[in-house]
Amino acid sequence: MDIDFMAEYAPMYAEAAKLTIGIGIIGIILSIAVGLICTIILHYKVPVLRNIVAVYRELSRNTPLLVQLFFLYFGLPKLGIIISSEACAVIGLTFLGGSYMAEAFRSGLEAIDKSQIESGLSIGLTNMQLMRYIVFPQALSISVPAICANVIFLIKETSVFSAVALADLMYVAKDLIGLYYKTDEALLMLVIAYLILLLPISLFASWLERRLRYAGFGN
Amino acid sequence: MYSEEKLLEIHNLVKDYGNGPILKGVSLDIHKGEVLVVIGPSGCGKSTLLRCMNGLESIKSGEILLDGNVITGNKTKWSEVRQKIGMVFQSYDLFPHMSVIDNILLGPVKVQKRDKKDVEKEAEILLERVGLLEKKNVYPRQLSGGQKQRVAIVRALIMHPEIMLFDEVTAALDPEMVREVLDVMLELAKNGSTMVIVTHEMQFARAVADRVVFLDGGEIVETDTPENFFTAPKTERAQKFLNTFTFDVK
Repeated sequence: MDIDFMAEYAPMYAEAAKLTIGIGIIGIILSIAVGLICTIILHYKVPVLRNIVAVYRELSRNTPLLVQLFFLYFGLPKLGIIISSEACAVIGLTFLGGSYMAEAFRSGLEAIDKSQIESGLSIGLTNMQLMRYIVFPQALSISVPAICANVIFLIKETSVFSAVALADLMYVAKDLIGLYYKTDEALLMLVIAYLILLLPISLFASWLERRLRYAGFGN
Repeated sequence: MYSEEKLLEIHNLVKDYGNGPILKGVSLDIHKGEVLVVIGPSGCGKSTLLRCMNGLESIKSGEILLDGNVITGNKTKWSEVRQKIGMVFQSYDLFPHMSVIDNILLGPVKVQKRDKKDVEKEAEILLERVGLLEKKNVYPRQLSGGQKQRVAIVRALIMHPEIMLFDEVTAALDPEMVREVLDVMLELAKNGSTMVIVTHEMQFARAVADRVVFLDGGEIVETDTPENFFTAPKTERAQKFLNTFTFDVK
């Protein structure tokens, strides 16, 4: 194990980690936005749009991210649409994450008892107010564990970005192995880098879940 | 004692879920200050009748008037009507993510746009009256069933409704908690509130009612004063129903 080598190339991992985090954060925020929009469309049964959402959901959930990225990066240019690696990565992650986030929000919405809605209506709340003060806050806290799981899942999925020539963590590790044959060191640092990224998020997620359970509802 | 002025009028109300009518043409007037108790066997339509009164159920035909205005038309703004018709449910349904005081303030502040400070003062007076002032800032999960139900009553009262609907509000409570809720309702009745109460508590019904309506099979079978109804029911169906509440040791 060559410690000096690891020390020398650690900054490269740090650079790559920044890229992974950057794209991860943008992708996750967009996923949440897409997920919310899909949930609202499905919840209010908006004609036509709900069918589009249904098709999107199946497409997104039943194809691997790698395949989605290949389609964007290698397939679309043949049709004259050229997208940068970064844009591919963000679009791919959002396309994948959106449907999973939608699922998380839906489970929260469906967990709200019909009687909560009726008692909200009975004090004169309009549908918008009902959503804002009663349904959404409760649904969100029920969805939190699923949302956290999705965040971790999506960050892990970023490891396929190297396939579209993006210099992420995986890319750096493969690069170093190719250049110096320091396979063990490069892979060990890759594992450590992902742990440093994900462990705090995991711990925060379980803390949040515990807090929410304590604040726990149960009427 | 209530006035002759009609507050709520129900004309020939029919409700149908699609497999036979639940309410087969119910007509009923509720007068200002009157306490009307609706009783009847399970599935007779009494809860449905109550839920039609504030638009939680759509109706097939007939009409309901509040203060002489039809409220069962297509153009009804239920958000406005429901402010005048308070309702308390069997399962309390406080909002679990809000403290007691926030549960109570939501309607007056967000729906009626009243001044928060004024409403809060009024809320404290009402909470005091139901014996729960010290629970003002706790969350519903920290309350017993009876306490939750009393908060739910305050939450409905603070909207200043013209009429209050109570849908089997003690049915989900442990026996020792029933009394504290019924006491609150008795006090409301004494103070001249207009109330429609669906209940299985026969002794309470007798004590609180100005008029008893016996509903069976989706129609009103008998309407009378509590004295007459409970001592000398006119119809055989009512007699049979009341008999199920007494035990004859043979």
